[in-house]
Amino acid sequence: MRVLVIEDDRDISHFVARGLKESGHTPEIASDGETGLELARSGGFDILVVDRMLPERDGLSVIQTLRAEGNRTPVLILSALGEVDDRVKGLKAGGDDYLTKPFALAELLARIEALARRSSPEESATRYTVGDLVLDRLTHKVTRGGETIPLQPREFRLLEYLMRNAGQVVTRTMLLENVWDYHFDPQTNVIDVHVSRLRSKIDKSFATPLLHTVRGAGYMIRDGAV
Amino acid sequence: MTAQSNPFRSTVFRLAVAAVTVLMLAAAVIVYAIGGQANRIITQATEDAIQADAAQLRTEYASGGIDALGAIITERSRHASGALYLLVDASGRRRAGNLAERPHDIRGGARSGIFSYRLAGAIASDRSLAAGLIIDVDANGSILVVARDIENQRGLLTSIDRSLQLGLGALALLGIGVGYLLARHVLRRIDGMRRAAVAIMAGNLAGRLPLAGSGDELDRLGQQLNNMLERIERLMSGLREVSDNIAHDLKTPLNRLRNSAESALSDTRGAPAWREGLERTIEEADGLISTFNALLLIARLEAGAIEESLQVFDLAEVAGDVAELYAPVAEDRGLKLDLAMQPPIPIHANRQLVSQAIANLIDNAIKYASTATPGDLHKPIVEIAVCVENGEAVLIVADHGPGIPAADRARALKRFVRLEASRTRPGTGLGLSLVAAVAQLAHGSIRLEDNKPGLRVVLTLPLAAVPQSVAHSGTAARQWDERV
Repeated sequence: MRVLVIEDDRDISHFVARGLKESGHTPEIASDGETGLELARSGGFDILVVDRMLPERDGLSVIQTLRAEGNRTPVLILSALGEVDDRVKGLKAGGDDYLTKPFALAELLARIEALARRSSPEESATRYTVGDLVLDRLTHKVTRGGETIPLQPREFRLLEYLMRNAGQVVTRTMLLENVWDYHFDPQTNVIDVHVSRLRSKIDKSFATPLLHTVRGAGYMIRDGAV
Repeated sequence: MTAQSNPFRSTVFRLAVAAVTVLMLAAAVIVYAIGGQANRIITQATEDAIQADAAQLRTEYASGGIDALGAIITERSRHASGALYLLVDASGRRRAGNLAERPHDIRGGARSGIFSYRLAGAIASDRSLAAGLIIDVDANGSILVVARDIENQRGLLTSIDRSLQLGLGALALLGIGVGYLLARHVLRRIDGMRRAAVAIMAGNLAGRLPLAGSGDELDRLGQQLNNMLERIERLMSGLREVSDNIAHDLKTPLNRLRNSAESALSDTRGAPAWREGLERTIEEADGLISTFNALLLIARLEAGAIEESLQVFDLAEVAGDVAELYAPVAEDRGLKLDLAMQPPIPIHANRQLVSQAIANLIDNAIKYASTATPGDLHKPIVEIAVCVENGEAVLIVADHGPGIPAADRARALKRFVRLEASRTRPGTGLGLSLVAAVAQLAHGSIRLEDNKPGLRVVLTLPLAAVPQSVAHSGTAARQWDERV
């Protein structure tokens, strides 16, 4: 994927660019808002990573301008926690996801993958399939090897999110934000407990595990080992 | 800086001097005006008398001739005091009157005006001033001088002048004296305040400005400044406490971080040890970051004002959601979350913050309830209740853990305070202070109570202003629910 990183802090932009390269993406860096806007307009990027505070032109203004011009490229906003309202303002301006600095590289990469997938056709599929695990979004039924697995509504949404991002790492924060809509740190390992309960339902009595823990990053659902 | 101020340079003194000066000018104007007026009146009276005198003498001359005139002048000169006459015949001979000679120094050689005179028979140097006129008696050159002595009038003016000067002088001295005393009195108090201010600036934050106790404007100002100092001192001590706590609580994880990096470096196993060390370092750093985030968030909340992202939502529903998030964790630790609520309970606040506050409360309850030894635990239940009480939304989270001693409850809401008993347990020590900040921001309050045994946290938030008809009708409430 071609990723444009608009960030004035050289340490962060190079750290991000190197991480993107190592995971097979093609990053490009713009160090101020105007340059970033020009590059983004020239098109051809799959994802924009935009810092909130930029020289020349503020990050939010870059996003607003692009959206006003009809540019729909997914945008991930980076920000040092300023105000409590920052997230809301960022998303209102047209951002698709929001990540607070300092962040773990794994978190950023996972979110970029998830954003890219959001605009793919699989997004609107009514059935997700991973190996012999099938989730039907219309009937809310989950089966594995033809056997129905009863799930609580929240477990269903958790599995749905994991399967939508099948083959990709999903972090605990992403689960908390997308499945529970909470944007804070719950301190305790609440997500791990939920995931392990889900795992006991979909993996326990089957030979091949599908729901994997990715060390230092989060979880991934896929057919086969990580 | 602490030197005594010079009263002569004080504002009070200058004001006193200015006031006295204005007073002196006014007095001078008034006295001169009165003196001038008196002078004019007396002069007019003198002139009238001279004219009347002259007219009478003319009549005498017309009826009796120069001899009769001479006789009457001689007569009058004998009795009258202050009236001056002189009759000189055509040959220049002095015929009658009490003037020694005819006036010769009337200004401009005029026929009437002020001149110096000598009484007949007086020594040459004994001259006085008089006002009068010279009348031609006949065509031969006989003249008559009719005049009045004006020394009394001049004496009056001079005495007015003199008393004015004396009065003004006394007034000036009095002004300076009173000004000096006033200035010294005020300065003494201001100097006291100034010295106190200097001492406070030098670091004695407990210092206060001295008050005279009279309740005057200086006292009132001093009282206000003292109130301000009181508040500043409270803020400063709060700040100091927070920074002490931050320093104390951040030093521990930073030390751990440093130690783990150091021990990994010196580990003889090499690469695998480095990896482990780095992983531990990242973990520690993440912990530090989340502590800082929590601190920043509390600071933002305490600064107030979150314009956007306020919404009306159901507190019961949000509490239910958070409880659902924590239910599996609680269960894993042998605890049951017990919910009691009567929805909908609409409040107007930031949904994320309120969720986070409830999460912190439940998290705490689970943490502390589960750390009690099973035998000690009265009931393995964390109770969560949401209801409306006295027109306010109330959320209660109660556990049956060790609780917080009454003496420590107020302190427990402060930043970084982890009561000694819990220092060894995980957590940032910011959970309850964040809840307190959220409550304060939403114009609510938080109370810690004894659950006998255990801790019972009561979070009170104002109900959202939902129209009566909507709040009380079932269908409308559902519509409202959907809108939210």
